Amino acid sequence: MSLRDVLSPFTAWKHVINDPVTIKDPFNRPGADRYRGFHQNDMDKCIGCGSCEEICQNAAIDMVPVEGQEAGPGDSGLRPMIDYGRCCWCALCVDVCMTGSLTMSNEYTWVDSDPDAFRFVPGVDGKSWDLEPKGYQREDTRRLTGTTRAPMGELAPEDRIGNFCEIVDGFTPEQAVIEADRCVECGLCVATCPAHMDIPDYIAKVRDGDFEGGLQLLYETNPFSQACGRICTHKCETTCAAMHEGDAIAIRWLKRAITDSVDKDRYFDLIQKPDVPETGQSVAVIGAGPAGLTTAFDLARKGHKVVVFEALDKPGGMMRYGIPEYRLPYDVLDHEISVIEAMGVEIRCNMRVGHEISMEQLAKAYDAVVLSIGLHQGRSTRVPGSDKAEAAIDLLRRITAGVEVPVPEQVAVIGGGNVAMDIARSMARLQKIKYGRVGVTVTALEDLDRFLADREEIEEAQEEGCVIYPARGPQEIVLDGETVMGLRTWKVQAIFDDQGRFAPKYDEADEMIHPAGMVVEAIGQMADISLLGEALTEKLEWNRGRIMIDSTGQTSEPWLWAAGDAVSGPDVIHAVADGHRVAVSVGKMLAAKREKVQ
Amino acid sequence: MFSFKPDRSQYPAPGPDGKIEVDLETGKYLKLWHGPNHPGITGNMSVELTVCGDEVVEGKTHVGYLHRGFEKLMERRTFIQVFPIVCRVCVPEPDFNEYCYAAAVEELAGIEVPEMANWIRTLILEMGRFNSYMMAMGGISGALGLGVVGQWMTYTRDIMLDRFEELTGARIYHMFILPGGVRAHLPEGFEGRMEEVLQTAETYLADAEKLMFHSSVFKTRTQGVGVIDPALFETYGVTGPNARAGGVAKDVRKDSPYLVYDQLDFTVHTETASDIYARTLVRFKDLHETIQLIRQILKKMPKEGEVMTNLPNVLHWKIPRGETYIKGESSRGEYGYYLVTDGTGYPRRVNVRGPSYTHAMALLEHLIPGTNISDIAALMVSLHTYPPEIER
Repeated sequence: MSLRDVLSPFTAWKHVINDPVTIKDPFNRPGADRYRGFHQNDMDKCIGCGSCEEICQNAAIDMVPVEGQEAGPGDSGLRPMIDYGRCCWCALCVDVCMTGSLTMSNEYTWVDSDPDAFRFVPGVDGKSWDLEPKGYQREDTRRLTGTTRAPMGELAPEDRIGNFCEIVDGFTPEQAVIEADRCVECGLCVATCPAHMDIPDYIAKVRDGDFEGGLQLLYETNPFSQACGRICTHKCETTCAAMHEGDAIAIRWLKRAITDSVDKDRYFDLIQKPDVPETGQSVAVIGAGPAGLTTAFDLARKGHKVVVFEALDKPGGMMRYGIPEYRLPYDVLDHEISVIEAMGVEIRCNMRVGHEISMEQLAKAYDAVVLSIGLHQGRSTRVPGSDKAEAAIDLLRRITAGVEVPVPEQVAVIGGGNVAMDIARSMARLQKIKYGRVGVTVTALEDLDRFLADREEIEEAQEEGCVIYPARGPQEIVLDGETVMGLRTWKVQAIFDDQGRFAPKYDEADEMIHPAGMVVEAIGQMADISLLGEALTEKLEWNRGRIMIDSTGQTSEPWLWAAGDAVSGPDVIHAVADGHRVAVSVGKMLAAKREKVQ
Repeated sequence: MFSFKPDRSQYPAPGPDGKIEVDLETGKYLKLWHGPNHPGITGNMSVELTVCGDEVVEGKTHVGYLHRGFEKLMERRTFIQVFPIVCRVCVPEPDFNEYCYAAAVEELAGIEVPEMANWIRTLILEMGRFNSYMMAMGGISGALGLGVVGQWMTYTRDIMLDRFEELTGARIYHMFILPGGVRAHLPEGFEGRMEEVLQTAETYLADAEKLMFHSSVFKTRTQGVGVIDPALFETYGVTGPNARAGGVAKDVRKDSPYLVYDQLDFTVHTETASDIYARTLVRFKDLHETIQLIRQILKKMPKEGEVMTNLPNVLHWKIPRGETYIKGESSRGEYGYYLVTDGTGYPRRVNVRGPSYTHAMALLEHLIPGTNISDIAALMVSLHTYPPEIER
């Protein structure tokens, strides 16, 4: 111990003249730029997916309905209410937010005598920090749930153009598990799916590797899961929470992964007819498409006898005769329909109602009749020479049926929808097989980004050599005597007039002749209602050329229902939903009838 | 000079279990509760002292005031939901919990962390060590009546908390080291502002040195007091500065480097006396080493790069069956997380190895008998313990 040890402590006195270091006014000290302060929520971006509620380890967040926020496609209408009595400001809710709407301001002082005030809905209950730009937000992209879709293998254009083999490989079970992992189970897709398939739950089954359990879930809402796993228009993916910062979950391919992973024979063990007594009542279904067969599937499982009358050789309707085999292989469809038949549904093919049997006979012989005849008649452009044009839907049917169709070296297709792409790509394949080269031109009124066809259909058509001319209106099918020589088009300036009515305007100076030995019209289809007969047609109520139905699918006749494309449309999953709806309605009527008899 | 040698012959001899049978009826002994709200206690724990005059005959530690069952809570949370909880296991130096838990999860889930994230993690751990040592310096000074040092250290710690705030978005519970990386890059101009803090700290530490290590009062109160026999280090699981003050040059950062410590130069300081003075001096030197480490990290770290990797969907994150023990050198010694997973979405077991558990209970009970009652506070603080990590 030295003298220094005695004296040196006194050096502390030098600080006596220093300013104090304490903060005199802590209330006006702003938080740091990324301070995790009070929450903000951008109502324009929030979709109410509830991921914030799900991740919160304090259960501080509840999704609640709020005034002015309506539920709609891709929006649950709910918004997070945060309880600051529970919140620990960990910001996991901000990190997991699927849209980046939830952030935190750098505000950290809030005084109120009402304890309930601290339970509030950010973005709805206005706060002084709502527009504060500073505070915590994710630094870059969402990291806590996957943003990138698992890659899907498919045939290269050069490998697929010379045949009708299925293009898309489908996920392997391993890939499917990875893709399923990205789902946050918000359920926005369920609301969007016309059939309200139990999407988050069957994705969870994929994640757990329980494909058989997944298949059973699929069949609870959709007897055409194999087909929908391939060709569904997958509107569910357009409302997926994951798409806001990344790729939407590949819901369609996950459905296919389930159906592909289960052994075909196992379907008959897993999907069994419920043990219900036979009712002794019978239903006739006209048309073995997705709507009719779904109705048949549901009603047969309730114990009713169901007979399906199909005009063509094989059942499947537009799925078989409209969709090319490279998108939906026939063996898949055959198997799918065999599962429906296993429920006791009887399908009578080559039975054209109006020819082999009449509506009156059906009405007498069955307790109810369901009309699901689809749209099998092509519409025409009615431009000069259009009587020499082929109808796309007719051509596709003939290709499926194996009937030889003319295959010229050059084909022009009119239309920008999926059917136009289907016929363009089918003809391209036949040309490739016959000539070794593709010569297909597709023209449509719309700009390319407004085509009704799926984006992937357009891209794949182009990859296969189809040349697309957008914004061109057909004027004439150029003929040399009886022979089709090409298609004359003008540039489209506007499709609709000021009132929004269809009234295309053209630039007549911008004319093109697309040389073609065949012109195919693919501008829409209509129902062939000749089977109804004059008396019934007269008796039924109509709405703009379509049979009028009520909300349950029942027509103005108490014994007749209508479903599918002929009354609603426009795709398989809508037809399935329609089928369920009609089956419920028919089932109720039959039950009432039974009660009356008793 | 002022040495005090009690005559222990007048007390009863300890029994076979080391406990002394005292008869309070004699009026010779007095039971005193030291804590949990005594200003000289290191947080929410207490010591039940038996005193005879001003000499402590026996001390029994009481913990449980802070028990919130974190380890059990973790078993009821998904892997990502555990992240906001772990920091609470140790309030003054929470980042070790975040790092150890994240590293354990990453190891079992097979997740690679970006290089940049490892540098920022190291920086945060050193910033946390800085704060923790500042608290220890302030604590030991305060326990010995040097309140002014406590205030300087608290101020210095506070301006480091400002740096924490701008880097992590929070001052105490930083919640910044997520499994997969860290939440963000350094803010712009961070290095300059950090340097200001470090220089301020060095100025105050120079002053503090005069009041502590060159003070006759401090030396008298700390030298030769609270000596831990190095032979007991292994028995009591003594690690960190408490062991280094007894000559054991052990430091996890050197012995089994983690994060980027193998790319950093630093010295492991030791002393031999193993008393309160030696322990405080080791911390003081280590604090300077930490200041240099922060400078080194900011200089050597990459200027750009990812800080976070993409995680599997954390809302239903399942980690394969496995177990691991992740350890690091905290300001108090070896800090570790033992994590067991069973293939589900929840941890099967999380066990936190906080150095305070051994230091504040068994070791303290061993050191107390024979100590003057006025030295108890200094003795406790010199072990540098944080009760929350005793009662996970």
